[in-house]
Amino acid sequence: MPAAPALRVTPLNSVHRALGARMVDFGGWDMPVQYSGIIDEHNAVRHAAGVFDVSHMGEIEIRGPEAANLTDYVTTNAVHKLKLGQAHYSGLLYEHGGFVDDILVHKVADDHYFLCVNASNQDKDFEHIVAQNHFDAVVENNGERYAQIAIQGPKARATLQKLVPVDLSGIKYYWFTDGEVSGTPARIAHTGYTGEDGFEIYVPPAYAERMWQRVCDAGAEFGIKPCGLGARNTLRLEAKMALYGHEIDASISPLEADLGWIVKLDKGEFVGRDALLKQKESGIRRKLIGFEMRARGIGRDGYEVFLDGAPAGWVTSGGPSPTLNKNIGLCYLPTEQSVPGTKIQVMIRNQPVDAVTVETPFYKRAK
Amino acid sequence: MYPENFRYTKEHEWVLADGDAGTVGITDHAQRELGDIVYVDLPKVGTRVDAGKSLGSVESVKAVSDIYSPVSGEITEINESLADAPEKLNTDPHGDAWLVKIRLSNVEEIQHLMSAADYQSYVGAEK
Repeated sequence: MPAAPALRVTPLNSVHRALGARMVDFGGWDMPVQYSGIIDEHNAVRHAAGVFDVSHMGEIEIRGPEAANLTDYVTTNAVHKLKLGQAHYSGLLYEHGGFVDDILVHKVADDHYFLCVNASNQDKDFEHIVAQNHFDAVVENNGERYAQIAIQGPKARATLQKLVPVDLSGIKYYWFTDGEVSGTPARIAHTGYTGEDGFEIYVPPAYAERMWQRVCDAGAEFGIKPCGLGARNTLRLEAKMALYGHEIDASISPLEADLGWIVKLDKGEFVGRDALLKQKESGIRRKLIGFEMRARGIGRDGYEVFLDGAPAGWVTSGGPSPTLNKNIGLCYLPTEQSVPGTKIQVMIRNQPVDAVTVETPFYKRAK
Repeated sequence: MYPENFRYTKEHEWVLADGDAGTVGITDHAQRELGDIVYVDLPKVGTRVDAGKSLGSVESVKAVSDIYSPVSGEITEINESLADAPEKLNTDPHGDAWLVKIRLSNVEEIQHLMSAADYQSYVGAEK
């Protein structure tokens, strides 16, 4: 039997181990799932600050005179509307309208776009973009050139401000700047995946450990905590942010995933546009919706959802919400029933358990 | 750490037997592996259970884990307090947060389980 391939590690792997993190195989990466405990870390992000190693995320860069045209052609959002220093959430689709990946697109220069993509999708994404590159542009698969650290929570800004010369209040949400953090060159983006205010910083891997330490030291007075993938998942679920492989995959379109807002059908040709136009015309058959458990039990990823005693959909993500103290989840249901207030049953170990569809996001921070 | 008078399974349950009266729980090692426990599903009083078969489940924030009965018998009592305070399993798994009481149908089964010392070296070696 061939040996299992070695897990990939981020530049912060030894830091996690020294902190006593529980490590898991996350899509081929050896990543921390928790340090002090998922609920403790979750609450730190909602009430103070948390720091996450997200260096496993991939980075793809598109450069050249037609970089904007290529980026616009392979993604769903309107790239030509991005200003220098602005970022947006977007989809990378197949011709049939399903997701290759969900990504962040940053406009670094007129001829340079920086894409943050999911770790386990990065090679697939890169090949997909290269195959569509009939433009005067160069595509680079640069995941190994960047470590990424996310600082999230109401005290994220105060933490990071201690380490940067620029005034962070000048960076609007979903904008970024190239500057320095603690004397190290860094891309500082006002983005996140927690539903809380915060920043994601991209640094050369050699500086990752120093950067992590500086952030932890700067945040100590606010009670910053290292946070793992476990808390990252409960936080993003409360904020109803999609996770590839759960809410979205190759079989799901952005319209079905309730992500119509990242699709700009009027921007011109792009990969997947024809399929989405057809879906829009004929209507989608299923749509993502949030739910809350009404009876005892936790609806989890992959569980079947029943309507009036018949199978009707499935749970994409589900679990306890530490902030709301409820058991919540997201599921696909036939479009007509995919509205708040529908009574459903989640099959939990062969038992139907009552739940009801609700408005999302489950949690929205006070601005 | 692991009480001397308990017996232990490879699946990280414990049983304390007094004649044919058994008390069953999960070990400290199990609660640490699970992380924050948020839900406990236990059988009804009167249910017959078999050694090595699932008698319920505990759920952490991340996942569901089956609890396997260390012994065969009939459930005589369940720990009702865990319904509202499942987190007690993280703080007192060998005491207040016992799961069920079982009337043992075969007290000999206890002999096949690990002693505290054996379990300690088992979880030590597992790491």
